[in-house]
Amino acid sequence: MTSPTATAPAQEALPRVRTDLVPLLLVPVLALAALPLTGSFSTWVTLTFAGLAMGMIIFIIASGLTLVFGLMDVLNFGHGLFITLGAFMATSVISRMGAWVESPSLGRNLVAVGLAMALAMVGVGAVGFVFERLIIRPVYGQPLKQIMITMGGMIVGIELVKVIWGAQSVPLPLPTALGGSLLFGDAAVEKYRLIATVVGLAVFGIMLWVLSRTKVGLLIRAGVQDREMVESLGYRIGLLFFGVFIAGSALAGLGGVMWGMYQQSVTPEMGGAINILLFIVIIIGGLGSVGGCFIGALLVGLVANYTGFLAPKVALFSNILLMVIVLLWRPQGLYPVVKR
Amino acid sequence: MSEPLLDLTGVHTRIGAYHILHGVDLQVAKGELTVLLGRNGAGKTTTLRTIMGLWPTAEGTITFEGGTIASRPTPEISRRGIAYVPENMGIFSDLTVCENMVLAATGARRAEHLDPERLEWLFGLFPALRKFWQYPAGLLSGGQKQMLAVARAIVEPRKLLLVDEPSKGLAPAIILNMIEAFRQLKATETTILLVEQNFNFARQLGDQVAVMDGGRIVHAGAMAALAEDEALQKHLLGLSLAAHQ
Repeated sequence: MTSPTATAPAQEALPRVRTDLVPLLLVPVLALAALPLTGSFSTWVTLTFAGLAMGMIIFIIASGLTLVFGLMDVLNFGHGLFITLGAFMATSVISRMGAWVESPSLGRNLVAVGLAMALAMVGVGAVGFVFERLIIRPVYGQPLKQIMITMGGMIVGIELVKVIWGAQSVPLPLPTALGGSLLFGDAAVEKYRLIATVVGLAVFGIMLWVLSRTKVGLLIRAGVQDREMVESLGYRIGLLFFGVFIAGSALAGLGGVMWGMYQQSVTPEMGGAINILLFIVIIIGGLGSVGGCFIGALLVGLVANYTGFLAPKVALFSNILLMVIVLLWRPQGLYPVVKR
Repeated sequence: MSEPLLDLTGVHTRIGAYHILHGVDLQVAKGELTVLLGRNGAGKTTTLRTIMGLWPTAEGTITFEGGTIASRPTPEISRRGIAYVPENMGIFSDLTVCENMVLAATGARRAEHLDPERLEWLFGLFPALRKFWQYPAGLLSGGQKQMLAVARAIVEPRKLLLVDEPSKGLAPAIILNMIEAFRQLKATETTILLVEQNFNFARQLGDQVAVMDGGRIVHAGAMAALAEDEALQKHLLGLSLAAHQ
């Protein structure tokens, strides 16, 4: 190899790397803004933890959806099916582990919940495998057909759920040791909400680690920006998308279990009902952005809880209002993904 | 002209209702730099994209090292040793310069897995890459992005390099830098197919030249012959080399 003799460009100043922190500040700013409105500190703490827990669960469900869109521009309106399936699979596991669920032992409770979550993730991941092959793959690059066929897939799937588990609401009780609240001064915070917050943070942390520290993560981030170039570098973007779709489905299944336990009952329609919230979250965050999805989910969770307490009528459209405000400020969402 | 590494015969490409390539016949000799010239819309970029499998070949054959690659999946074509630098450079702007390079290296998971000797060589060719190694590629200037795009394509030895208009929009100093880089690359006997509109840039590098018009190759031969024949330049390109200087 010859020695480098190329003309060196003139010395350029190093550009400043600016981290966009403004969206990150929205969550604490919103929470602090709600403090004087809620009337008491203990109420604010309860509402804030409820909002954070709700946001974390929504993030777990929506993170796969935003990556699926980012990688292949696939709008999967059938994502709600995975939530419903995960929740119902959990009811089957929990109902068979009565002694473990009703035991006062935290360890036995956690084993029961962990098993329900793991099986729901595996089961829903398998359904996601079939869903992608049969329903999504034939309509790559055809957004209108994607909307129609994924919604159709969800409708058919939910009817199958009714055939298997029935059309009625099924209870999904919290295990004994996970029920009840912890008291912080006068503020009561449900234990389950704390657990949901911790699980959500863990999922977010793992996703950030995978996206920033592994080659698969690099490929996902690159694919979200320019999938054609990723293919030109020798990687099969279809396979990557397939993997992300299955992982996203499994996370939706996990989110379904957590949402079901949050509500303590599950219905076949629960996934469809959350679907709209998911799209609001990923649009607020910036389609394809995991970080944006996380902030968007927390904002949606907090706004829903604060307005539910302060102005119940506003709560009916508070998330749409939040989306409108964010999009007026940043039309591409909080963290827009730069696409080719 | 030595034996062709890449051989296109009667290649037609259709994109939706549009028929872009109308029977392209092109040979790229091993170890040489072939320049593909032509006006806007002549089909140069489509030819590169068809070779890479980014557009399907409607008719005709494309062979690389004797094996057919027409309409094969792009990743398979890439893994055969063909690197592509698109006109828009294809830089992943949210990834750092380092991460862009790691992605292009087969089997490398981190910067430590890149060949250090080759990396030094690349830093010698494009010093800005060392300086901005841990910076998001989106912060680079247009010229630096082009350097990154070329460096990324050659982070490992390739059998064939397809480059689409590397001089487009670059400052003269960066163009000189780029010419030197391609000269050094030629010295490593890498085969290059270069799409260009800047004839002066192309003349300094090309061994062979093919001129496209209306989706066909209308002239193919030695670059030196075209560079000396003003009448032919005017006939094929509408401008003589003198007008470019």
